[in-house]
Amino acid sequence: MQLIQLLIDGIASGCIYGLVALGFVLIYKATETINFAQGDILMLGAFVAYSLIGIMGMDYLTGFALTVLIIAVFGFFLDAVVVRQIIGQPAFATVMLTIGLGFIFRGFASIYWGTDIFSFSTPFSGKITEFNGLIISYVNLSIIIGTAILMSALYFFFTFSKIGVAMRASSENQLAAYYMGIPVKFIFSLIWSISAGVAAVAGVLLAPITLVDTSISLIGLKAFAAAVLGGFGSIPGAIVGGIIIGIVEQLCGTYENYLFEGVREISAYLVLILTLIIYPRGLFSDKAEVKKV
Amino acid sequence: MRFIFKTKYSQDINIAKHNGDRFWYSLLILIMVALPLVLDDFYLGEISYICILSIAGIGLMILSGYTGLASLGHAAFLGVGAYTHAFLLTNGIPFYASIPIVIIVSFLVGAAIGIPILRLTGMYLAIATLALGFIAEHVFIKWEHFTGGNRGLPVPQPEFLGMSFYDSVFFYYVCLVFLIAAMFAAINILRSPTGRAFVAIRDSEIAAQSLGVNLGLYKALSFAISGAFTGLAGALLAHYIGYLAPDIFNIFLSLTLLLLIVVGGMGSLHGTVFGAIFVGFLPQLIAICRDYLPSSIGSQPGLEPMLFGIILVFFILYEPLGIYGRWMKIKLFFELFPTYKRQTFKKQKVFTKSDRV
Repeated sequence: MQLIQLLIDGIASGCIYGLVALGFVLIYKATETINFAQGDILMLGAFVAYSLIGIMGMDYLTGFALTVLIIAVFGFFLDAVVVRQIIGQPAFATVMLTIGLGFIFRGFASIYWGTDIFSFSTPFSGKITEFNGLIISYVNLSIIIGTAILMSALYFFFTFSKIGVAMRASSENQLAAYYMGIPVKFIFSLIWSISAGVAAVAGVLLAPITLVDTSISLIGLKAFAAAVLGGFGSIPGAIVGGIIIGIVEQLCGTYENYLFEGVREISAYLVLILTLIIYPRGLFSDKAEVKKV
Repeated sequence: MRFIFKTKYSQDINIAKHNGDRFWYSLLILIMVALPLVLDDFYLGEISYICILSIAGIGLMILSGYTGLASLGHAAFLGVGAYTHAFLLTNGIPFYASIPIVIIVSFLVGAAIGIPILRLTGMYLAIATLALGFIAEHVFIKWEHFTGGNRGLPVPQPEFLGMSFYDSVFFYYVCLVFLIAAMFAAINILRSPTGRAFVAIRDSEIAAQSLGVNLGLYKALSFAISGAFTGLAGALLAHYIGYLAPDIFNIFLSLTLLLLIVVGGMGSLHGTVFGAIFVGFLPQLIAICRDYLPSSIGSQPGLEPMLFGIILVFFILYEPLGIYGRWMKIKLFFELFPTYKRQTFKKQKVFTKSDRV
C-alpha cells in the first residue's frame, strides 16, 4: 500500500518533469537545439500566474489560461527576435545563449517580483481524497489530469491539424517542408511558443506544491534526465521518462537508508548519467540513433 | 603590415612569431614582476585571483575552445583540486609535493570522467557534464571525512621557501609563476601533435578520424589535461579562499568559467587572460552599475545574474570571438589602415551538423 502511495506521488512530480522535458523535445525535434532556459520559462509562468491570480485576484482558470497565453506569445518572440539570430552557429553557441537567457529571466524575476516565496490559492490547495486507504491530494490529481489533457490535446493537434502536420514536416526535413510552401521560420517560432506554453502549464500546476520562487527553475535541469531517458526526440518518451524519474526520486527518498545518504537529490542525475553511458538512445527513441564515436 | 617569410617548419611552430612578440611579452612579464612595487595588498589579491581564474580558464579553453567539447560542470575539477590540496596539506604533506599530487589526481579524475562520456557528442555531452557537476557538488557535501561537509574545511597555509601564504606579495608571485608555467605548458601542448589533434577534432571529427586521430583517446586526453589545469587552479584557489565550503563549487562557478572563455574569446589562450580580467572585475563592475541605476533596481540581488546573462547573450550574438577577437580587429584595422575591410571578420554561416543519422 505504501508502495502505491509512493507511485502516485512519484507520477505527479514525474508529470511535471515530463512536461518540461516535452518542451525540450519539441524544440530539439524541430531545430536540433536545446533550450537550457526551459526551467526558467516554467518559473516565469508560475510568477505570471501569481501576479494574475494572487495579486490581481483573477479566477483560477482564467488566470491559468491567460498565463499560458502570455508565456506562449513570449516564447514566440523569444525565438523570432533572439534565438533565430544564431542559426548556423555551432551547437555550443546555442547552449551558451539559452543559459544566458535563463540567467536574464531569473534576474528579471527576482528584480520584478522579489526574492520572497509566494503562493496563491487554487481550487485544489489543501484538499485530499481518500481511496482504499490511499491519500491523494487534489494538487497531485490536478497535475496528473492536467498532463493527460494537455497530452491528448497535443496529440490531436499534431495528428489532425494543418499546422501540427506542418510542424512535423518541418522537423522531418526543413528543406522539403520549405519547398512545399510551409513557412519554416514561422513554424519554428510557433514550436517555441508551444514549448514555452507547455512549460507555463507545468509552472502553474506545480505552484501549489513548491510555492513560487526563483529556485523552481532548477526543475528544468532535472527534466533533462527525463528527456534523455525518454530518448530525446520522442514526445511520449518525454512523459514516460518524466514519470520514471519522478518515481525513482520518490523511491530513493523513502529507501534512502538502504542506499546512501542524500541519494534523493542526485537520483535524477545518476539516472541521466547511467542512461547516457549504458543506453544513450533512450527508451522511446525513433529511428535516430545517437551518434557515437 | 608585417609579413613573416617562413622558410622552415620550426619557424611555423615557434612560440614567438617575431622579435616584436618577444619584446612585448618580455615587457609584460617584467611589468607583472614589478607590480608589487606600485600596488597595495588589495589589488595584488585581486590580480592573484585573476591569475587563478586564468589557469582555470586555460583548462576549460583546451577542452571547449580547442577540442570543441562543452563542459558545464568544470567547477567540479576546481573542487577536486581544492579539496585534494587542502586534505594533503592538513595531513602534513608539504606544498611542493602536494601540488604535483593535485595535478595527477585531477588528471586521473578528468580521464575517469572523460572515458565513459566521450562517446557522447554536442548537446548530450553538455547535459552529462552538467549532471556530473551536480553530482560532484553533492559528493563534496556528503563525503565528510574528506571534505568536512557543510561545516567546511580550513585550508592550512604552510610555509613555502621560508615565506607564508598570508603574505600577499608572496602569494601573488606564486600565482604568477604558476600562470606563466601553465601558459607555457598549454602553448607547448597545443603546438605539439596532441594539440593539433585536438584542433582537428574540433573542426571536423570525421576528417580527424580519417587522418588517423584516435577520437576516443584524444577526447579523454583533452578531458584529463583540462582537468589537470583546472585542478591546479583549484589548489591555488583553496589558498586564496582560505576556507572551503561545498557550495563554492556550484553550477554558477562552472558557468562563470564558461562566461570567462566566451567573453575572452573561444579558441585563443590570450582570451583566457582577457576573460579572467573581465570576470575578476565583474563584481566591481556590477557595484558601479548599482550606483548609476535608480536605487529601486540597483539594490536588488537579482541584478548580478541578470547582468551576467545579458553579457553572455551580448557576446554570443554580437562578438562571438570575444575580447581577443575585438583586439585582433582593432590591431588589423591599424595594420591595414586605410584599407581595412569590415568583411574580413564577417560571421561565416555554417551548415549545422546534424546529430541525426
